[in-house]
Order: sequence, then C-alpha cells, then structure tokens
Amino acid sequence: MPIREDVLVVGGGLAAATAALAARETGKSVRLVAHKKSTLRQASGLIDVLGYVDGDGPRANPYGAVADLPEDHPYGLVGEAGIREGLRIFDDAVGDAYAGGHTDANALVPTYGGTVKPTARYPESVAPGLASIDEDTLFVGFEGTTDFSAPVVAEHVVAAGVPFAARGVTVPFPKTFRDDARATRFAKALDEDEAADDGGGVRRALADAVAEHLTDEERVGFPAMLGDDRDAEVREELADRLGVSVFEVPTGPPSLLGLKLEDRLFAALDEAGVRLSTGNPAVGYEADGDRIEAVYVDRKGKNVPYHAEQFVLATGGLVGKGIGSDRERVTEPVFDCHVPHSEDRYEWSESEAFGGHAFARFGVVPDEELRPTAASGEPEFSNLRAAGGVVGGADVAREKSASGVSLATGAVAGGRAGEEA
Amino acid sequence: MTETPSVLVIGGGSTGCGIVRDLAMRGLDVTLVEKGNLTHGTTGRMHGLLHSGGRYAVSDQPSARECIEENRVLRRIATHCVEMTGGLFVQRPEDDDEYFEEKLQGCRDCGIPAEVLSGEEAREMEPYLAKDVKRAIRVPDGAIDPFRLCVANAADAIDRGARVETHAEVVDVLVEDGEIVGVEVEHGEKDIGIGNGEPGTREKLYADYVVNATGAWAGQIGDMAGVEVAVRPSKGVMTIMNVRQVDTVVNRCRPKGDADIIVPHETTCILGTTDEEVEDPEDYPEEGWEVDLMIDTLSELVPMLSEARTIRSFWGVRPLYEPPGTGTVDPTDITRDFFLLDHGERDDLPGMASIVGGKLTTYRMMAEKISNHVCEKLGVEAECTTADVPLPGSEDFSVLREWMDEFGIRSPVGRRSAQRLGSRTDDVLGGWDGPNPVVCDCEAVTRAEIHDAIDHSGTDLNAVRIRTRSSMGNCQGAFCCHRMANELIHDHDELVVRDSLDELYQERWKGERHALWGEQLSQAMLKHMLHATTMNRDGDPAASDSNVDFAAFDAGETATAAAGTTGDDPDRAATDGGREGENADS
Repeated sequence: MPIREDVLVVGGGLAAATAALAARETGKSVRLVAHKKSTLRQASGLIDVLGYVDGDGPRANPYGAVADLPEDHPYGLVGEAGIREGLRIFDDAVGDAYAGGHTDANALVPTYGGTVKPTARYPESVAPGLASIDEDTLFVGFEGTTDFSAPVVAEHVVAAGVPFAARGVTVPFPKTFRDDARATRFAKALDEDEAADDGGGVRRALADAVAEHLTDEERVGFPAMLGDDRDAEVREELADRLGVSVFEVPTGPPSLLGLKLEDRLFAALDEAGVRLSTGNPAVGYEADGDRIEAVYVDRKGKNVPYHAEQFVLATGGLVGKGIGSDRERVTEPVFDCHVPHSEDRYEWSESEAFGGHAFARFGVVPDEELRPTAASGEPEFSNLRAAGGVVGGADVAREKSASGVSLATGAVAGGRAGEEA
Repeated sequence: MTETPSVLVIGGGSTGCGIVRDLAMRGLDVTLVEKGNLTHGTTGRMHGLLHSGGRYAVSDQPSARECIEENRVLRRIATHCVEMTGGLFVQRPEDDDEYFEEKLQGCRDCGIPAEVLSGEEAREMEPYLAKDVKRAIRVPDGAIDPFRLCVANAADAIDRGARVETHAEVVDVLVEDGEIVGVEVEHGEKDIGIGNGEPGTREKLYADYVVNATGAWAGQIGDMAGVEVAVRPSKGVMTIMNVRQVDTVVNRCRPKGDADIIVPHETTCILGTTDEEVEDPEDYPEEGWEVDLMIDTLSELVPMLSEARTIRSFWGVRPLYEPPGTGTVDPTDITRDFFLLDHGERDDLPGMASIVGGKLTTYRMMAEKISNHVCEKLGVEAECTTADVPLPGSEDFSVLREWMDEFGIRSPVGRRSAQRLGSRTDDVLGGWDGPNPVVCDCEAVTRAEIHDAIDHSGTDLNAVRIRTRSSMGNCQGAFCCHRMANELIHDHDELVVRDSLDELYQERWKGERHALWGEQLSQAMLKHMLHATTMNRDGDPAASDSNVDFAAFDAGETATAAAGTTGDDPDRAATDGGREGENADS
C-alpha cells in the first residue's frame, strides 16, 4: 500500500505546521514530513509579524506598515486577510500559552541583547515584562550564564527610553552546576524544585537570593529558563514569594521558549489528526508533466515515495536548508525551483553587517496562489505551493516579520492546497 | 650619571614587538607606538607558517639558512606559540622533476633536514592528498600564532619597563636642527587598547633614536620625516577552512605560483596565497576570484577542498623592498630579505632608521640586528639575549596536565586553554575566582581567559579576540560576540559594552563576507537572525535618535482593558480590545 494523502506538507517548522493545520481544516487528509528538528529551537519563541519597514520603526501597527512594503513582498500576495488567518490558526493552536491577540498593536519585548523589539504574539511568561508597562524592573541574571547579563540588559533597556526604571543584578543560582550548564539544566532544577546547595528547594532559595536585591521594583525579569513542564507553577511560586510579578526575557539557542512552541505545535498537529513522518529528509520528487505525483523521502538510503494531490513546500530558508547554495548559485534542493540571485556572489551581501543583504531575501518566487514560479513567471508545478522561509522577497530579519510570513503563507498555501485536494 | 638612552619604536607587528623586547632586555628606555592593535598590519594577516626555510631553498638560500636557524630558536623560546606540524613539498605528476631535485639539494645545502617520501608515504601522512601525488619532501615547517607571539613579546617588554601604546597613530615625525627627535601621536578617541595615553589627545614623544618598523607603511612615516622609503606593498589572500583537512603544512613543489600552500592552524587550515603589487597598503581590492583561485588550485593537491567549507578570507600586504635600481618587475621575484635604512647615512637625517622587508619567521633575528644598530648609535654596550630567554608563557611548557579537576572545567576546554596560555595557564585559570563558564564554544575559551585578555587589552574586543581566539571559529562570533562584550560590564558602562560589540561584530563580518556560500552562508543567516531578529540589534531604539512612543504599543491585556474604559485616546493603539478587522492606528 503506497502512502497517499490529500495534502503533503514538507517541512517541520512554524510554516509547515500552520500549512498542515490550515489544510486539515478543509477536512482533507494531511501528512507532514519533517527532517531534522526545526529551527524553532534557535528562535526566540516570539511571533513577530512586522516591526520595521526599510529600517523605519519600531512600528506600533503591523497592519498599517504592510502597505509600505514593496508589492512583491509575500504579505502583498496574501494580504491583511492572510496575515490575520495565520494568526488565527496560531492562536487556536497554542491557546492560552501566548498573549497579544487582544490587540492589533505590536508589543515591545525586552531582548537578551538589551534592546526592545516589536512583536505580535508573546508567550504568557513574557507578558508581564512588556516595555510599555510602566513598572520599575529588576533584571536578574545568573553567575554562570554568559548570554544574559542582567546589568547590560537593564542599562540598555533604559537607554532605549523605556517608561520605567530598571536595574540588573547577577546572583549565583542556588544549586551548583557545571560552570557552563545549559538553560535546560536550570529549567529542570526549577521544574523539579530540586534541592538547593543549602538543602531547601531551589525555588525558595532563588526567591530568597533575589529578595535581597529587590527594593521598589514592581517586577522581576529572568532569562527564559524558569522551568519547562511546570513553568507556570515556577513563575507563580517565585512571584508569590517575591510579592511582585515575574517574567522571562526570550533568549537565543537553545531557546526554551522556541522548544516549547515546537512541542505545542506538534501537539496541535496531533490533535488535528495530521499524520506525522519525521526524521528523514525529502530528497526529490516524481512528476507527471507539471503535476507532482510524489515526494521522495530518503529512508536509510532508500527513496520512499509519499503520494498526494497537493503539496506544500515549507522547508525553511538558508538556516533550515530549504535554500541551498554553492560558490556559483543558489538553489531550492527538493524541487529545484527557481531562486533569483546575482551571478556575482559578492552581490549577495552588503559590506555593513546589518545592511540590506540580498541573501536575507533569497527564496522561491510565489505567484498569487503561492506557487513557486520559474524564471519565466509560470508556476513550476500546478500542485505545489510554498510557505515560510523558503519563500523569498521578505527581509524577515530586518523587518521582524519571520513568524508572520510563516504563519500567513502557511495559512494561505495550506488552506488552498486543502481546498483543491 | 647619564640618563638611560631612550628609543621609540613605531609599529606593533612582529618586528616592532621583537625590537621593543630586545631593547628592554638590554636595559634601554623604550616605547612602542602602534596605530591599531598589536599585529594590526601585516603580522596579523599572514598564514601563520613557521618556515623551515624549504620555501626559499632554491631561490634565496641566505633567507633559507636564516629561517632554519630561527625556526629552531622559536621552537625553544616560543613553545606556546608554535605547533611543529612538519611540512611537505608535494610534487604532482605535471610538476618538474628537476625542480624537485633542486629543492632537495637546496634544503641540504642550507642545513634543512629534508627527506623524500613516495606518493604513498605522503598519503599515509596526509590521507586527503590527491591520489596522483608523485612524491614529497618532508621538512620541519610548522605553524606559529603571530598574535600570541607579538603579545608575548610586548608583555615581556612591559614587564621590563617598556611603554607600549596601542591605538596611538603617528601623525608627525619631529625634526629639530636637522635631526629626528621623536614623533607626535594621536591617541584613539575611545579608551581602548593598552597604554596610558589620554583618549582623543595628541602627544609628543621624544627619544634619542626612532625606529620605523611599520613595514608596508614605512613609506608613509618616511614622508612625514621628508625621506623616501620606497616600499612595494604586495597583497596576498588567505582563505580559512572550518576544519583541518591536513595536519601538516602542505606546499606545492614548483618554482613559484599563487595558491601553493596550506597551513594547519589551530582548529583551521589556512590556504594561501597570491602576490600582487598594490598602491596603498590600506586600500586595495579584495576580490572573489582570488578566493576561488585558492580553492580551485589547492584542490589539485587536496581534492576535498573544492567541496569544503570556508569560514572567511582575509588579505595581507607584504612590505617588500628592494634597493633602488634593482628593477624587479614581478613582486614574487623580490627578495624576502630585510633592509635597515639608516636615514643619517642615507638621507643625512640622523636619529631614525627604517626597517623594511623581512618575514615573521626571522622577526627575532631582525630585531637583534636592528637593536645592535640602535645600541651602536647610542653607544650602549649590551648583549642580545632574546635567543635564549623564553617568552612569557613558554618558560615551562610541562603544564598540559589534567585540567578538569584542577579548574573545574571540562578537559578539552582546559587542554585548549593550556595550549594557548602555555606556562601562564596556572596564573590565568587558577587565579580566577568564581564560575568559569565557556564564553566561546567553537574555540573553547573560558571567562577567565577573556578577563585575562581584557586586563591586558582593555575594552577593545578585537584585541581580546586575537589573544584568545574567541569568535574566530565556525560561527564567526554568532554565539559569542555578545558574550564577550557582556564581560566588560564589570568595569565599564553599557555604552562601552555596546560599542565594543558593534566593532567586533562588524570586523567579523568583514572577512566572513568572502565565504558566503553553502554551510557558511547558512551560518551567516543564523547569525543575522540571532543578532537582528532575536536581539533586534539593527533596529535598536537605544541607538536611534527618534524616541519610541511606548504608549502606542501593547501594554498587555489588563492594561488594555483598563485603558479601553477610559475612552478614546488617539495615541493609544492598544485599545481596540483585539476586535479583528479594525485597524487601531489608522
């Protein structure tokens, strides 16, 4: 019995999950094939929609900013309705775990680099720390963590002009780990309320250590390592003991907030009845004219065909390897879809580190149906759509639009694939 | 009763650092000024080859003899800067037999230990050599860390009373009564680097004798003094691989040519190089074809290089010089020997000598000869001892113990640290109080080592980088630039942290741009996403002139509900209660 579904989604990140959920809502059978862990573990866990246009921002209203984007931006194709549909699917999938859906306005979230950044949805644990909330803040870091320096974050946030006072202190974590223990180790100790070095529980010991430094501040921010499975409980206990609200500052990899989001998305896929095949890469396809019949997945050196009526390519951008390159050219490795790029690889980037790099916009060129097009402008295949980082034309890093582009293109590509299947 | 004679050395490369140490050891009052970091010019932009002399054994035998002599000296006095990898001169089928024999004979004539290996034996040593490699000559080439070497020389000089000023650019050479009496320097705007110059000020430094050891920049100092020093800067590209495809220095055994050497260096291999004359040592084109030439040509020796990952490329300029009238057209034919130009004898302007030409392997010997000259000019009688006294870090290199228990760090990390620090390991790691986490994962650099570097180089993270290798690995600083900067907060305010980070980040980007394809492009995008997206460093409101209207942004559900009841406030975007389809800003 060959594997056959109505819709096959290739990829395992935010765009793939959204596309699969959107396709499933049409009542069709959906399978998602994913290779490695997604790049969510490297992301902040925030859901940015649009914060800057061509360096101008931060913009409070992402929808207002969409109009200022170039026409060939993916948002231009899916429209405001597509963005809202993506956010709806996201909100349904994550439930209470994320906030921000009560307003169209962006939130400003303190980052572990000390800046604030505009975002549309944020984990519940991040909510009390928003920069627009006028509450004096104590940032707390741990002695062994090098990524997050509380004094740097506090001073930097103040330099950004936030409407509150902030201080940063560094405390020893009350249980001694290896000097460069990962965030996950701290989280586990708090989850389990492991014994601190002084014999009591780490949660109480941590609250005691922070209380010593707390003066008039109304909230305390930690790097995002306050528990994993029992994070709400950990925060609540710390807040109770300290008598102030407690929040997390999103961090870089390994990002617990990103990992938790990945878990939630996969739980939502499971709940929606999406079939999951993970651990093997998609390596090629079989087509009949301009129609894809099957995608080949490499299982221990053997090409296994996954048949479907409609396909969604959501393999990510350069980071997720949905877009590849060598010294000569830029490619899309699964279907070899056209990826526009200069022949001179020195034009792929700018000399300024934070310049408007062409490589940041590399990706397939979608038509209004989100089908990748060939250089001629015609769709590469009649039943292939693309979503997320593999789609070109958005400078998601500078715009702070990565998640939004994934959600919106995922919703539209998945939804249409489902309708047509 | 006479005062100690004073000497001013311009240039903080290997030659300048060697001279300042030598003169300090001879008891002179000596000051070194460098416009950037130590190794900022040519020294920091070389492929790190410790020559056996084999390279010059046919074309330039006097240089070859000096190389093998100094090779032995550096193995003794700079153990913690040297890795004795050994070297091969590899002959491909199309390479000339006669030249191979000449090379072998040349090595023997110059006292360079040389042994012929069959192709098979060579591949046994280096399995990734091309299958059709015919044979090879094995010589005692090695790898040397020019940063560590210069820092050790400067540190020793400082310990012996010398003054070393980095970020102090010479803006004038002071001439009084037909004699050079010193220089005027401008200290950098920011309080970075080592030395005690007041930032942003100019300072006149007088000395009994001035040594112009600025290499490719020697002509510019000459211009300030009104004498002509006709250096011929020649650029060369070097491409860094993300792993060591070879553990031995691999040279192509043919007369001369571009892209003919691979030097294993720490965790990487460095491919080199080209040789092309340029007008200006600071401003010359860095072109993609040069990188491609390295990869394509050296793939003939090590085929896997064509598909391998590079992490960045950089260019350096050689300070080539030949006496007037020689008329050599091709820069590869210009001698690698060094020249001491005594401006008193040559230009009737006493008080200064310029050093041009030369190469890193013989830096100490050059320093000795120049210091002899200076002492002779000043009437000082003191012996040179630099060939015998080990550099700091190399006094007792028996420190490669089991570091894990000793300092509470994992053993591979401790081993790497000990390799870099040599006999200073105990001081640096053992002297650290508090947790000592790894700051740079790629190169296994711990917080203690970062702070040791900061103590010696201030807030200049590029100087911290060259001392520690932090941010020089695969990720090119994606995961550690900000961590390095965070360590500055102990003694500096946040603005300093931010500026230092921005400077380091941009410097890392500069070279990485030349490696942007395949894995490294993927890595660069991840770095961009972390720093631009996750941290929002490119849209940082703190760095922008305009004020953010915080009230226009979401202040959370409770705040919104409260604000929503107070009526319409046009400045508040967050008051629509999340009703879909409404556009709060418009």
